[in-house]
Amino acid sequence: MTRMTFAEATRRALAEEMRRDPLVWALGEDLVQGGIFGQYKGLAEEFGPERIVSTPISESTIMGAGLGAALCGTRPVIEMRIADFTLCAMDELVSQIAKVRYMFGGQGRAALVVRMPQGMWRNSAAQHSQCLEAWLTHIPGLVVAAPGTPADAAGLLKAAIRSDDPVVLMEPKNLWTAEGEVPEEVAPIPFGVARRAAEGDAVTVVTWSAMVPVVEQGARESGIGCDVFDLRSLWPWDEAAVLASVRRTGRLLVVHEAVTVSGFGAEVVARVLEAVGPSGLRAAERLGAPRAPVPFSPPLEEAIRITPARVAEAIRRIAAT
Amino acid sequence: MSNETARRMAMLRDMARIRAFEREAVAAMRSGEAPGVVHPSIGQEAVAVGVCGNLRRADRITSTHRGHGHAIAKGADARAMMLELHGRAGGSCGGKGGSMHIADFAVGMLGANGVVGAGIPIACGAAQAIRLRKEEAIVACFFGDGAVNRGPFLEGMNWAALYRLPVLFVCEDNGFAAFTRNSAVTAGAGPAARAEACGVPASAVDGEDVLAVDAVAAELVARIRAGQGPQFLHARCYRWEGHTGTDAAAYRPAEEAAAARGRDCIRRLAALLEQAGVAPGEIAVVEAEAAAEMAAHRAAALAAPWPPPEAAFSDVQDTGAPA
Repeated sequence: MTRMTFAEATRRALAEEMRRDPLVWALGEDLVQGGIFGQYKGLAEEFGPERIVSTPISESTIMGAGLGAALCGTRPVIEMRIADFTLCAMDELVSQIAKVRYMFGGQGRAALVVRMPQGMWRNSAAQHSQCLEAWLTHIPGLVVAAPGTPADAAGLLKAAIRSDDPVVLMEPKNLWTAEGEVPEEVAPIPFGVARRAAEGDAVTVVTWSAMVPVVEQGARESGIGCDVFDLRSLWPWDEAAVLASVRRTGRLLVVHEAVTVSGFGAEVVARVLEAVGPSGLRAAERLGAPRAPVPFSPPLEEAIRITPARVAEAIRRIAAT
Repeated sequence: MSNETARRMAMLRDMARIRAFEREAVAAMRSGEAPGVVHPSIGQEAVAVGVCGNLRRADRITSTHRGHGHAIAKGADARAMMLELHGRAGGSCGGKGGSMHIADFAVGMLGANGVVGAGIPIACGAAQAIRLRKEEAIVACFFGDGAVNRGPFLEGMNWAALYRLPVLFVCEDNGFAAFTRNSAVTAGAGPAARAEACGVPASAVDGEDVLAVDAVAAELVARIRAGQGPQFLHARCYRWEGHTGTDAAAYRPAEEAAAARGRDCIRRLAALLEQAGVAPGEIAVVEAEAAAEMAAHRAAALAAPWPPPEAAFSDVQDTGAPA
């Protein structure tokens, strides 16, 4: 194990995949310069400008060219800079990438990765802080992953690159500099397998992405025995692990940075309720953002931020139900 | 028959096959036998045939919602296409795409597209992959005049020029963006000027003259194969039919469409062939064979089985597939 940042773990994972497979390449803005979070640092020197491609600010074509390149037998890693900019390339992602294989009756695969760093980071305000993972879990054809630790970010990136399905990686902007233990040899992490971050019998807590360390701390502070799951991937997601836990605890809390309304937490709660029935679920709660844009000013941003204290409070509330 | 005449007869055959295919497709849509919508390119066959005649099997094309001609000219299986239009098993896409999503990867046809201009970024990326894989191939990217008002057009022109990609951009200018005359909604000096502004050299051609399209396309394709980067072809033509097979196109004067029919690319080539000594009967045979082929395909489509219901759930994704 080596201690390293989220950015360094993914940088190494990408480099290893590019060494392993000459058809893996990356395209996006400022990649030759290392990417805005340093997650591509040094790769242009090793792999050259035809495999680490700095592009114009042309989101539609970054995404669409990635698709064309995948249809012609390469494995592109498409860098969106931040998730919010994906909105300039939604046709290419939703109506082209996600659908080509199906529409063409199995001819052609969009074996590609779309990296979209998301969430609140350094008071980036309303257009640079959104969490839109629920939109993408709604789209047939896409695999959606949302790592919350450096090791998982590296392993999921490797799995994404090797996947024949298009994979969207929602990387938490706020954790790029966070450190964690990463194995010397990072193996691909299968999609749909949650990581159990803590074990307990009182409340099942489900989270992902930037909320992972927040929830881990909040669960410790709550003083309640929490079964904490970092889902790691949202489509597919590890229903089996969550259901097995809820069948023991009867209590479910889902925490995500995204707006609560129509967030992926709604899907988790609904599926659990369908599976265990009303008698099997004594309490369920979603903890997410209010249905408001992310504000700029630090005290305003603080007002909507989910903190360990708020997580602990929610856990105690549910445990008392 | 000289080699040149034989080549021109082949062009005539391809144009006749496209027209016959689309006549059957429009009839099938109007009768309700083909579900959904078809967008016919009748009258525009010379663009598809003149360009694709200069492509090799390994070359790729991207196409549009009005793409039957591009597919047939690139060598796609017309019978499978007709089955696809009818939503049947055995169609190009197993009945899951329909007219707007016909693809035939075996001949480098990377797909029609239901979104205007969406093929442009895809073509750029296809060209980048070809370069990365060191393939000897180019990409021809077909789009209509309406696409020049979409963002991906600007992005793609700049992108292709920036990376000197092996792409032939073919703007098939039939005058109409759906129900609207495109000149009424397009400012400035037009598609070629926009391409030139991004550094893509542009040529213009009478898109109703297949020999002219063939000659210009040959020159542009040669430049691209020689590594000179992307080229742009502005081919003026006219959409004889409405936007769809059931659009009567009442928004334009009937005389205008009649005049376009008078410039029929098939009749123009037939006249030249007759001047070159080809018997009119020989030309009639080519057209009759094309009509018979497509009528047979339509009959085969009507007789073909529907896809099994479980096909609705296949080819979505491997990981996280629908339960």
